[in-house]
Amino acid sequence: MTDVRPVHPNPLPARGERGPSGGLRPPHPNPLPARGEREPRVSETGDGRPLLDVRHLRIEFPTRRGVLTAVDDVTFAIAPGEVLGVVGESGAGKSLTGAAIIGLLEPPGRIAGGEILLDGARIDHLPHDEMRRIRGRRIGAIFQDPLASLDPLYSIGSQLIETIRTHLPMSEAAARTRAVELLQEVGIPAAARRIDHYPHQFSGGMRQRVVIALALAANPRLIIADEPTTALDVSIQAQIITLLRRLCREYGTAVMLITHDMGVIAETADRVAVMYAGRIVEIGPVADVIRAPKHPYTIGLMGSIPSVTADRERLVQIDGSMPRLTAIPSGCPFHPRCNRVFDRCLNERPELFDAGTSRAACWLHAPLP
Amino acid sequence: MTAYAIRRLLQAIVVMLVVAFVAFSLFQYVGDPVQLMLGQFATPVDRIRLTHELGLDRPFYVQYYHFLVNAVHGQFGVSLRIGKPVSVLLAERLPATLELSLCAAIFALVVGIPAGVYTGLKPNSWLARTMLSLSLLGVSLPTFLIGILLILVFAVKLNWLPAFGRGTVVHLGGWTTGLLTKSGLVSLIMPTITLGLFQLTLIMRLVRSEMLEVLRTDYIKFARARGLTDRAINFGHALKNTLVPVITITGLQLGSIIAFSIITEQVFQWPGMGLLFIQAVSYVDIPVMAAYLCLIAVVFVTINLIVDLLYYVVDPRLRVDRPGGAGH
Repeated sequence: MTDVRPVHPNPLPARGERGPSGGLRPPHPNPLPARGEREPRVSETGDGRPLLDVRHLRIEFPTRRGVLTAVDDVTFAIAPGEVLGVVGESGAGKSLTGAAIIGLLEPPGRIAGGEILLDGARIDHLPHDEMRRIRGRRIGAIFQDPLASLDPLYSIGSQLIETIRTHLPMSEAAARTRAVELLQEVGIPAAARRIDHYPHQFSGGMRQRVVIALALAANPRLIIADEPTTALDVSIQAQIITLLRRLCREYGTAVMLITHDMGVIAETADRVAVMYAGRIVEIGPVADVIRAPKHPYTIGLMGSIPSVTADRERLVQIDGSMPRLTAIPSGCPFHPRCNRVFDRCLNERPELFDAGTSRAACWLHAPLP
Repeated sequence: MTAYAIRRLLQAIVVMLVVAFVAFSLFQYVGDPVQLMLGQFATPVDRIRLTHELGLDRPFYVQYYHFLVNAVHGQFGVSLRIGKPVSVLLAERLPATLELSLCAAIFALVVGIPAGVYTGLKPNSWLARTMLSLSLLGVSLPTFLIGILLILVFAVKLNWLPAFGRGTVVHLGGWTTGLLTKSGLVSLIMPTITLGLFQLTLIMRLVRSEMLEVLRTDYIKFARARGLTDRAINFGHALKNTLVPVITITGLQLGSIIAFSIITEQVFQWPGMGLLFIQAVSYVDIPVMAAYLCLIAVVFVTINLIVDLLYYVVDPRLRVDRPGGAGH
């Protein structure tokens, strides 16, 4: 039902295709957090445990002029096989959250609070070598620039074989066979011949396919894809997203898809988390968030997406810009730009409240006392 | 590969022809060998006779041609100062210089690269900071000063090492080596350190800055995300990517080690080509100077050729003539 549709320009799912509360059917029955609980818990998914559980994550950067909090109290979960989109402007903390999960925060950035659980076990603050074993084996990663992600001095085959053999007990020959299969999987033509070619002999789109093959090499259960299509031509973006989605469905791999492109999210994700100034301001099923956004920021974000079909007179623009880390406003960080701001927003910080099928960090959705 | 090598070889030959021309021009413009050889009491008839005997009255291109032919056969004439053929003089001195230079280069590489990798990987450790501060000394202290200081401490005060010379040498065919005797090896220590220290610090600082640069790249970040071991990342990926600039600089520096061993040889009275050259300069011994110039040019050109071929081995992006080219 969600086959190749253009990623741009209309990210809205076709109306009437889904009921008001149904949303996109995720591959797993119900990845939504249980209602009314402070801790989001993914219930009813297989053994009832989320694959990835991030709780109250806080990332800080100590600087000479004090500690900057780049990610603050971020809580979300990803069920096995689920695709969670994370959207937000540059500097909203999306990539940092992803880097923290795979243990690759660049110093001086550090996890200052909260916990990250993979399959129920904490993986934040693991010893260096244990975390290394998780990377690639249980959590794969894809980065923005495929042109720069591959080591130019090694053939793609040797990079694949190296990755496979780091994590799986395989002979050189078996790893090579698997590498060829992976390349075929990601749609590299003449994979058996191309395996010995070097990164510079591939185009950008082909290189991102190789990167995906590398991320999938040891068959991880979660992939963190940080802007996987941003550096690519629009025509190739759709191919890569389709490929990523297909492979993850086939392998049952969950994806944390970090992007600033709502179109990509609408195409791919089951749920979406909207980040602003280091916090999640809204999280919920992708169709609901797109059709009926709850947080004023999300509403502005949706309004700013150009649409061919919708007869909007002009695009909505959110006035101002996201605050810098040095000057995050008190209360709700969005309040200086919010058109529905009221007293409470200025001083008290809203937590995520239930708002229909989604949850929004906005006092407008606070439960009545 | 072959086409690439041939192209580089042709370029090298052109460079050599130009250098040979400069060396040849020395005879034309620096000093007057005829007067030098005859002394101040010679008659004009003697002058004309000697000029003719030496072939100096022929047009310059003929002379250049003869110079080239002789040079290719290793004949650079007779030293004006010593009266022996230059080729013989150089052959006597070459082993001393080559052994010293080679030891200095190995010393610089074997210490410099690991030190550079270490300071690049752990830029904030106290050891790395100490090494960096010391390397500043190595870069800024003049070679002769280091040599003299070493002599003062280890030869004069402590009396551990010989202050000058090559020690006992062993003759192997036409080659004299100091590597086979204890006194020869001991004599090598201080000159090697003196000659290699500057290159060592240079290589260390270069490797360090290249490592820092490479470690920031996306492919290293992605290699980490792939869960590769630190060893594979640091040495297999990061160090290998620093090699292209390191090979370039190291190659050039190796050339200058040989060419500028002059000062070290002077300080330690090392019986090498540099010492010979210094003495030749003070006497305007042009055949020796010309031969030395050509020899050093050969060294540089050869090293450059090797460097170019090493690029080809290290960096697949240079192998453009490979089939299968750009994909997709």
